Amino acid sequence: MSLNALEMKDVSFSYNHQQVLEDINFIIEEKDFVAIIGPNGGGKSTLLKIVLGLLTPDKGEVKVFGREPKKALDLVGYLPQYTHFDLDFPIDVFETVLMGRYHGMFKNYTSEDREIALQALKDVDMERYKDRQISRLSGGQIQRVLIARALAREPKLLLMDEPMASIDPEMQNSFYRLISHLKDRMALVLVSHDVGTVSMHVDKIACLNQKLYYHGPAEEAGEGLEKIYHCSLDHISHGIPHRVLRKH
Amino acid sequence: MFEFIQYGFMQRAFIAAILVSVACGAVGTYVVIKKIVSMSGAISHAAFGGVGLGYLLGVNPVVAAIPFSIVAALSMGAVLEKVKISEDTAIGILWSVGMALGIIFVNLKSGYAPDLFSYLFGSILTVSNTDLYIMLVLDLIILMVVFLFRREFLGVSFDEEFSKVVGLPSTLINMLLLALIALSVVVLIKVVGIILLIALLAIPAAICKQYTYDIRKLMISSTIIGAILTSLGLILAFIFNLSSGATIILVLGAALFISYFIQE
Ligand SMILES: Nc1ncnc2c1ncn2[C@@H]1O[C@H](COP(=O)(O)OP(=O)(O)O)[C@@H](O)[C@H]1O
Ligand SMILES: [Mg+2]
Repeated sequence: MSLNALEMKDVSFSYNHQQVLEDINFIIEEKDFVAIIGPNGGGKSTLLKIVLGLLTPDKGEVKVFGREPKKALDLVGYLPQYTHFDLDFPIDVFETVLMGRYHGMFKNYTSEDREIALQALKDVDMERYKDRQISRLSGGQIQRVLIARALAREPKLLLMDEPMASIDPEMQNSFYRLISHLKDRMALVLVSHDVGTVSMHVDKIACLNQKLYYHGPAEEAGEGLEKIYHCSLDHISHGIPHRVLRKH
Repeated sequence: MFEFIQYGFMQRAFIAAILVSVACGAVGTYVVIKKIVSMSGAISHAAFGGVGLGYLLGVNPVVAAIPFSIVAALSMGAVLEKVKISEDTAIGILWSVGMALGIIFVNLKSGYAPDLFSYLFGSILTVSNTDLYIMLVLDLIILMVVFLFRREFLGVSFDEEFSKVVGLPSTLINMLLLALIALSVVVLIKVVGIILLIALLAIPAAICKQYTYDIRKLMISSTIIGAILTSLGLILAFIFNLSSGATIILVLGAALFISYFIQE
């Protein structure tokens, strides 16, 4: 029997008494491709941080491949929503990606680590920039480097928080092409609030706005989408989900 | 005109200039790229508590400053981890509380400390052989720790959240870095003094950061630039009979200004 990539049971979380997630029950199977959709402030990033062990839920149980989140870090790759770092930092592309291979104190990066990091850069088509300082990359290129950093971990579960936000439409196509190659290697979770394009590519959709309103096949997500966007209509208009959710 | 090199105190001063530059190159680099200059300023002022404690207990103030500033740096780190206090506030408090403690310790002993001024503003010309040995040992410890934890220091300086996600013990590493800053402060005290030393720690790396994107080159070039500028300040102070710590800092400041100018 194979383990689920993620199991959340009755998970609630609040920041200083402000409830952000409420009774989330959520299962991601191995090699699932799931989009988490929801309005701004719906708790999507928070949910990912719980899976990564960066935040601890107030109640409920989280298992990543059957383990506590902090014990499963070697199986999880992460592409953060916001880059926290200073672009002027003295580090080049290859060193940035190599950080995804970190294995613990006093452990040098091996030649295998270097090969895997280089392969990850090839996967995102950035190997020719490997010696370049990160400040001399465009926003889209940095995004690809950060995807490579996540891939270098050789994850079995890849969490991507709004990867589309900082790339242009042309890049989005190549991004989806890349993702479709990863699908048979790992479970993929993609946070987005662009329902239209995302639903054409993913297998399942989870609708999150404090509670998890729907989780299932992309085609049938219409009602769930209406629920989560009920009081927040600034992202999509009501008619759209039904129309775009048909697969081609 | 180079007859000053014959004096023993000048030879010791030049050796001191090189020893401080090693700390500036290795630790100053992290202070600059991790943007913890004011935090380091607070640690350096807190070290004055250690100097005062040294007077009170009758031990070498520089030696007393070692455990004192490490404890101050680590409590600062622990407070920031655990208590809801802004970093800015914590820095300001540590800054003056450390100084105040030092003054009270000195009061308790005699109320008057003959060479207190040299710990505040530095006096590279009075550096003793003992001081040099202490600086050398601390430099070696700093270099060893930086070498052993170079991946971790780079990780937490660059992207702390991601470093947690790959299982790097970021809290421990941040604490270790604060302890290294405390050790560097002690290395620098005799040369430029507590009040001026943050500029010596940060300026060499701030200058070199404009010209290289490789952290190893940054550390090495900061060490070299630091040694050159500190020696230059020392020579100027000697020739014009000026206060050495202040002259060194002004030379560093001028060099930083000129380097920005050239870079433009
Ligand atoms: N570090 C934090 N401290 C306090 N509140 C936070 C913090 N991070 C997020 N929040 C709040 O939690 C809610 C959910 O945020 P988030 O998970 O980032 O939503 P999303 O990613 O879906 O936009 C928001 O109301 C946000 O303001
Ligand atoms: Mg978010």
